[in-house]
Amino acid sequence: MSAPLAKTTPTFVGMPKFPAMAKDALANTQQRRNLLHATHTIRAKRASVVEEVPQWEALRLNGADVKDEVLANLDSYLLQFEEKLTERGATVHWARDAEEANRIVLDLVRAEGVDEVVKVKSMATQEIELNEALEAAGIHAWETDLAELIIQLGHDRPSHILVPAIHRGRAEIRQIFRQEMGKVGRPAPEDMTDAPRELAEAARLHLREKFLRAKVAISGANFAIADTGTLVVLESEGNGRMCLTLPETLISVVGIEKVLPTWEDLGTFMQLLPRSSTGERMNPYTTMWTGPAEGDGPQNVHVVLIDNGRTRVLADEVGRQTLRCIRCSACLNVCPVYERVGGHAYGSVYPGPIGAVLTPQLRGTSSAIDQSLPYASSLCGACFEVCPVRIDIPRLLVKLRTQVVDEHRGHNSVESRTMQAAAWMFADSRRLAKAQKASTLGGKLLGRRTALGALPWPASSWSSARDVPVPPKETFRQWWDRTGGGQA
Amino acid sequence: MRVALFATCFNDTMWPETPKATVRLLRRLGVDVEFPSKQTCCGQMFTNTGYADEAIPLARKFVDVFEGYDAVVSVSGSCTGSVREQYADLAARSGDAALADGVAKVAPKTYELSEFLVDVLGVTDVGAYFPHRVTYHPTCHSLRMLKVGDKPLQLLRQVRGIDLVELPAADECCGFGGTFAMKNADVSVAMGSDKVRRIRDTEAEVVVAGDNSCLAHIGGLLGRLRSGVRTLHLAEILASTDGDVL
Ligand code: SF4
Repeated sequence: MSAPLAKTTPTFVGMPKFPAMAKDALANTQQRRNLLHATHTIRAKRASVVEEVPQWEALRLNGADVKDEVLANLDSYLLQFEEKLTERGATVHWARDAEEANRIVLDLVRAEGVDEVVKVKSMATQEIELNEALEAAGIHAWETDLAELIIQLGHDRPSHILVPAIHRGRAEIRQIFRQEMGKVGRPAPEDMTDAPRELAEAARLHLREKFLRAKVAISGANFAIADTGTLVVLESEGNGRMCLTLPETLISVVGIEKVLPTWEDLGTFMQLLPRSSTGERMNPYTTMWTGPAEGDGPQNVHVVLIDNGRTRVLADEVGRQTLRCIRCSACLNVCPVYERVGGHAYGSVYPGPIGAVLTPQLRGTSSAIDQSLPYASSLCGACFEVCPVRIDIPRLLVKLRTQVVDEHRGHNSVESRTMQAAAWMFADSRRLAKAQKASTLGGKLLGRRTALGALPWPASSWSSARDVPVPPKETFRQWWDRTGGGQA
Repeated sequence: MRVALFATCFNDTMWPETPKATVRLLRRLGVDVEFPSKQTCCGQMFTNTGYADEAIPLARKFVDVFEGYDAVVSVSGSCTGSVREQYADLAARSGDAALADGVAKVAPKTYELSEFLVDVLGVTDVGAYFPHRVTYHPTCHSLRMLKVGDKPLQLLRQVRGIDLVELPAADECCGFGGTFAMKNADVSVAMGSDKVRRIRDTEAEVVVAGDNSCLAHIGGLLGRLRSGVRTLHLAEILASTDGDVL
């Protein structure tokens, strides 16, 4: 039972840039097939259940407004939340960064004298790399969500916010279960095939032992309601409810942006979230807890509120809207880039369009991967269109690109020199006309050809797969001058 | 009404047939379109690649050149999007109140071709004739930034002789994305290949769009495949007539 679970760490900084990771991902045809199928299925489901709601746009606006109100007054809402929770017998902890959060959780787990915990799937704990921190201290953190279990047993990284094992096929899952389950608990049945029902049954039996034994559970939360002190988790499998009700101690790690002002506001988000994420009218399990309840469920309730870069995002007036995100993953499912490269290429626990804006804001843009993330989009705008809280991801991508360029001013790269030369040329129409003369001369020299072949770098990144048009023999401007605007 | 043509640097230099067709079309509809010769580039490439400082003088120039007109017709959906949706951010960054003011005046008067025809002139039948099988690709910026909706299709449906076929998954990005096509060339080509496969499935002879930059990408892939499918800008089809068929 002591095999290390975390052979793969989710520490991404130091990874190659997005284009390099994307190139490898594009070559993985099995993954592309899985992704294509999965994203298109869920896209269609989302679209049809969203269409059913006549006031969807009003709901979106309301969702965005509620979140903006929270973000504008975050300090007072958080204090209210703390007060209510404390009144109800829970203990609230504050963590500035991942290290502090992990230390708080580790101390709490140690105080219970256990060497294992069960976990509800949570992005916040992935972000702070809690499992790895616990593992390093000799405490096994068992993921209980089916997809997270597949990832954990496979020493893999999640590649999607909601369906972390989206890149895996059934046959692979069978192999992972057969090889790994026995090392950390009840083994998979000898005769298990790759039928989904059999795989799910193996996971159920494997996990049940862990649920029944566990004294401590760790969760995140989808929402934290300030006026009642209530935490809310939405899930589909019921494993979350087991973790949230069976153990004696419950530790919830919650990003400070998860607050909603009132119980009433939850109504809006209970409509927005399931439809946007799983394409369902309502998720199967919604669990809420407001401190401990005597004789029912966990008796020690701890909540760790984490900042980990969020106040820095909050300080930026435009970037702030990123913190509205409710992690529904609709933007991933609709993104043509994500669809083709999958989640690992983003080098972050938050992949897809939201990852491309959230990660460089949380981590800063100092590493190669974080500098490349704002460029990992064609700016097609599909993400903004589906986002239930109207985060203008394309605008944020452009803003972050500007930040990356600003931070590199003075570094004199090929790109910056080209851009500056082009801007100089466009500053004056006579300069442009002069440059065009060279272009049309090229066109004349090339005669009757309609396309150019291979070109040297950097143009080769275009010409490797696409014909390059031959410049025309006369520009529009030249034609206009020659013919007097076509009237001559 | 004083109407200016914004030819865009890209069309002026690489695809002059598009602004020429736009001039022919607008004249046919009785609009005396002018071409202010001091115009150059809207700066979109700079803005979208992160070079905001380089884009600001170009925004200023755009405002100066086009301020005096009642309407500006642009032959590119994405350049129109840049003026209408991004100039305000550039003006804010520059801290120049006069620029912000100019942008607020010029941006709402800047139209993409189909918007100008349908919303400003109020026509959908422009008297065009184009006897070919055509499929329409709605470019992302026209679709999502400008929200042109089905205006281009309203115009195309009125073209005599046309055999207009629907493009499956039309609203999916072709993968051009400006400098994305270079910076993430592999992903760009993967996206474009799917678009091109769907175009070929329609058995259209011509794929039409409101942006020559997307068409350059799509056409570049079609050309490499020796597919025999042509790319044309919406303006070229709408300018085509009985006496002058493209
Ligand atoms: S950015 Fe919007 S669409 Fe994407 S995960 Fe967050 S809430 Fe969902």
